[in-house]
Amino acid sequence: MSEPDEVLDCRGQRCPLPVIALARRLPELPVGAVLRVLADDPAAAVDIPAWCRMRNQQFVTAHPDAPAYDIRRTT
Amino acid sequence: MFVSASPVYLDAAAAAPLHPVARQALLAALDDGWADPGKLYTQARRARQLLDAAREAAAQTLDVRADELSFTPSGTTAAHAAVLGGVTGRRRVGTALVHSAIEHSAVLHAAERHVAAGGTAVPVPVDRSGRLDLAAWSAAVAAPGVAFAALIGASHEVGTVQPVPAAAAACADAGVPLYVDAAQLIARVPLPAGWSVLTASAHKWGGPPGVGLLVVRKGTRWESPFPTDERESGRTPGVVNLPAVVAAAASLRAAAADAAAEATRLAPLVDRIRVRVAAEVPDVEVVGDPVDRLPHLVTFSCLYVDGEALLHALDRRGFAVSSGSSCTSSTLRPSHVLEAMGVLSHGNVRVSLHRETTEADVERFLAELPGVVADLRAQAGVTGL
Repeated sequence: MSEPDEVLDCRGQRCPLPVIALARRLPELPVGAVLRVLADDPAAAVDIPAWCRMRNQQFVTAHPDAPAYDIRRTT
Repeated sequence: MFVSASPVYLDAAAAAPLHPVARQALLAALDDGWADPGKLYTQARRARQLLDAAREAAAQTLDVRADELSFTPSGTTAAHAAVLGGVTGRRRVGTALVHSAIEHSAVLHAAERHVAAGGTAVPVPVDRSGRLDLAAWSAAVAAPGVAFAALIGASHEVGTVQPVPAAAAACADAGVPLYVDAAQLIARVPLPAGWSVLTASAHKWGGPPGVGLLVVRKGTRWESPFPTDERESGRTPGVVNLPAVVAAAASLRAAAADAAAEATRLAPLVDRIRVRVAAEVPDVEVVGDPVDRLPHLVTFSCLYVDGEALLHALDRRGFAVSSGSSCTSSTLRPSHVLEAMGVLSHGNVRVSLHRETTEADVERFLAELPGVVADLRAQAGVTGL
């Protein structure tokens, strides 16, 4: 997996906390940057892509084994 | 301090309040229908008459033959029997069970049992609105070795009505019997055609809990997965809870007679909830098909809100609703239905209406919801994210 610009460790947090952490941090990064969210709550696999769709950010990929999710700031 | 108004029950999709006809029939049958209908004395003959009449009434309501319909100890038992009996009856043809990804957990649990016993299960995806992928379904049922197919008639979590006639046609072309879980259809909308096995649950239509329906059409190769006795055409063992069955059948007939009028009354209230929630609650995703949907059920998810906290906050104001959010489930997993649709799963609320729901109830819910959500977001410090 290619290296992200920043990693946000949300392991051990229950949803919606990982999504809230993502929503707080991503706008602080430059457009084009990739944020990796480490989140082991099963709901993150559903809710992080859904958040990206609702907020027009790019869901790059999921790393199911980590488990981790890469999000690129597009706007 | 907040003084709560009268409670507003909005979880009919889990259990509808007891229909007055059911209460009346239940009380009468407790006096009159306690004997074992399988025996030969006077009290038993009376019980047998009540059971036969209940079966005849339920069969007439569903437009099936009385000997095709069995009463089961629950909707869950009926679903287990439908799935496992379907794959057992066709085990010489194949071992694959095709099912939608959004079946009720009872169907998925039966599918797990089938897989544990050496069979295979083929889940078919749905789109973002929760509608079955018909092309994938048609390909799945046409594959070699398919014993049985299961499709929920309409999603119990998001209300999207499934394309049962088209799915049934694909099954017919492939020679695969189709099981339809009709728990949310019965006494709400007309039943679709084309199925071989159908199940329902009495407490969804205002009957008492503890009664399911299992219908197996003539000519279907279905074999009971349970140890078999002489009860209920050998489809489900043990003496039925006759007073509850009598109440279930009586309320089914009453609810079905009112179904069209109730759908006409409730569907605009559901539409109102969809429109007003989307307009008045910021950052909300109203899920399920906007048009092709059940008349009594609506679901939405509120961004950044904890589903359990939302349920408790609504409960404190007197609103009983359900949620597919992971924090509200014993397994701490999000609803498999929301997951299959790819929609937001946290902050999820399912509202389902029933014959006692009034326009004023819905208005009060709509008036209070935006403030409840705003308060929770303020407490969590997520306002403006």
